[in-house]
Amino acid sequence: MSTANAEQPAATTGRHAHQLPLLRVQDLHKRYGATEVLKGVDFTVDRGEVKALLGPSGSGKSTILRLMALLEAPDAGEIILDGKRLGVSVSGGRVSHLRERDLARQRTDIGMVFQRFNLFNHLDALHNVMLGLTQVRKVSRSEARDRAHAMLTRVGLAQRAGHFPSELSGGQQQRVAIARALVMDPKVMLFDEPTSALDPELVGEVLAVMEQLAGEGMTMVVVTHEVRFARRVADEVALFDSGQIVEQAAPDEFFDRPQHERTRRFLEHVH
Amino acid sequence: MEFDGTIFWDALTSQEYLDGAVLSIGLAAASQVLAVIIGFVVALGRISKHRAPRAVAGLYVWFFRAIPTLLVLLLVWNAGPQLFPALREDWFSPFLAGLIGLSIVEAAYMAEIIRAALLSIDDGQAVAARALGLTPLQVLRKVLVPQAIKVALPPTGNEFIAMIKYTSLASVISLRELLTTAQVGVSVTFRYAEYYVAALVYYLVIVSLVMLLQSWIERRYRWTSTVPTRRFLPPSWSRRSPGAPGSTGTPNAAQEALKV
Ligand SMILES: Nc1ncnc2c1ncn2[C@@H]1O[C@H](COP(=O)(O)OP(=O)(O)OP(=O)(O)O)[C@@H](O)[C@H]1O
Ligand SMILES: [Mg+2]
Repeated sequence: MSTANAEQPAATTGRHAHQLPLLRVQDLHKRYGATEVLKGVDFTVDRGEVKALLGPSGSGKSTILRLMALLEAPDAGEIILDGKRLGVSVSGGRVSHLRERDLARQRTDIGMVFQRFNLFNHLDALHNVMLGLTQVRKVSRSEARDRAHAMLTRVGLAQRAGHFPSELSGGQQQRVAIARALVMDPKVMLFDEPTSALDPELVGEVLAVMEQLAGEGMTMVVVTHEVRFARRVADEVALFDSGQIVEQAAPDEFFDRPQHERTRRFLEHVH
Repeated sequence: MEFDGTIFWDALTSQEYLDGAVLSIGLAAASQVLAVIIGFVVALGRISKHRAPRAVAGLYVWFFRAIPTLLVLLLVWNAGPQLFPALREDWFSPFLAGLIGLSIVEAAYMAEIIRAALLSIDDGQAVAARALGLTPLQVLRKVLVPQAIKVALPPTGNEFIAMIKYTSLASVISLRELLTTAQVGVSVTFRYAEYYVAALVYYLVIVSLVMLLQSWIERRYRWTSTVPTRRFLPPSWSRRSPGAPGSTGTPNAAQEALKV
């Protein structure tokens, strides 16, 4: 199996076998100038499924997440979330890209966590988490405050609510970033190497929050180099190389019996 | 002829000087506020994705930085009414002409300050805000502008202080601001030292007040949590933290780098 077949329910995760995929990426293409970064990517993510994306640097992992988060438009291909095609409006057979304002509305269904945290430096942890609620969801300030506080408690940072990003460790900043995305109640969470910028001793606290989230049934796509995390938490692992998915399988299959030579070589490097 | 303290004191406390000083501050403040507003729009044009606003804004900055402010004031005050009959009415006062001239020139400089401030904020924060679903206007208002203000404050303080002194140019359009007032006093009495030093004292006081205002505003843009317990640390402890004893400021990058 070189790419996921959209018609075939994820056979590797039996508990979701009878549902349509929540997220489906079809034949996604993207080029920057002369370099073709994505060369037709297909995959599906079922409701409640955790998909880990592995791959060498420059293979296009961040690019595909940016496209799924609607931060950039693909050159070709479709992103379908919960049965609805994102980023475009189709009227009378004509497909046109949505304007930034309309894209903004669709983005609220997709949570994104970045390698460099990207917290708002002028806001404390609580207000970082509140901003999306008050500005986008139009929730009242007092309710937003309560919900943001509850979310910070969930990631173990209730004590740090009044701290500014410059006063938080990397691991704490990333947990605030997760809370900031999560409080919007997204249908799917995308993580772009969430622990790569962290000191080794801070990686665990972030992975623990993500594992807890997976346990609660959140649908997640995680770009990561953490093989042990992928093996333990992911339902399916995919190897991404040169803008294409080379191989995807359940973690045990993927790590213990890789089918492709490319996967074997990649795993030698990360192990 | 030695320095006559009485003449100096009379000038310093005269209604004319006070009026001149108020006029200088008023004109400078109004011009600066207007310049920030125009400059903000021009800065947005400068960093726009689209070619047309970039070109227009670029032209604006080029033009008004190239020509002398004095010439702009003369153009607005003298050439304006010549070309536009509407400006021949009474409402077109020297103050208004000064306000227009000073603000359109200053806007060119403010545009560059604001542009640099907006560009100094790392792109990741805007991307994160977009990912949350904020509209472009919300990203600007809630994420970029609050942080750009912090960066733009010190250079804007510079500009405002310069602006207070630039108001003296408005003497050419018969506006009796502070320096003109001193000049008038001198031309009648030839007591140069007394009248000029009185003006000097005014400028010193005005600029000191502006600097106080600036540091007060900057303090509100520190973005650190106040940890009350630190105030009660013994002096030997608080000396280890930068800033005055009892201050709750965290060191900034420059303080860190220079160990000051
Ligand atoms: N905005 C851009 N403009 C031009 N080229 C880009 C841009 N973004 C990415 N690229 C190029 O696209 C390719 C894929 O980049 P991408 O960031 O998606 O890789 P990645 O798999 O996330 O790598 P890494 O593991 O280093 O994060 C790289 O060759 C990169 O140089
Ligand atoms: Mg990347």
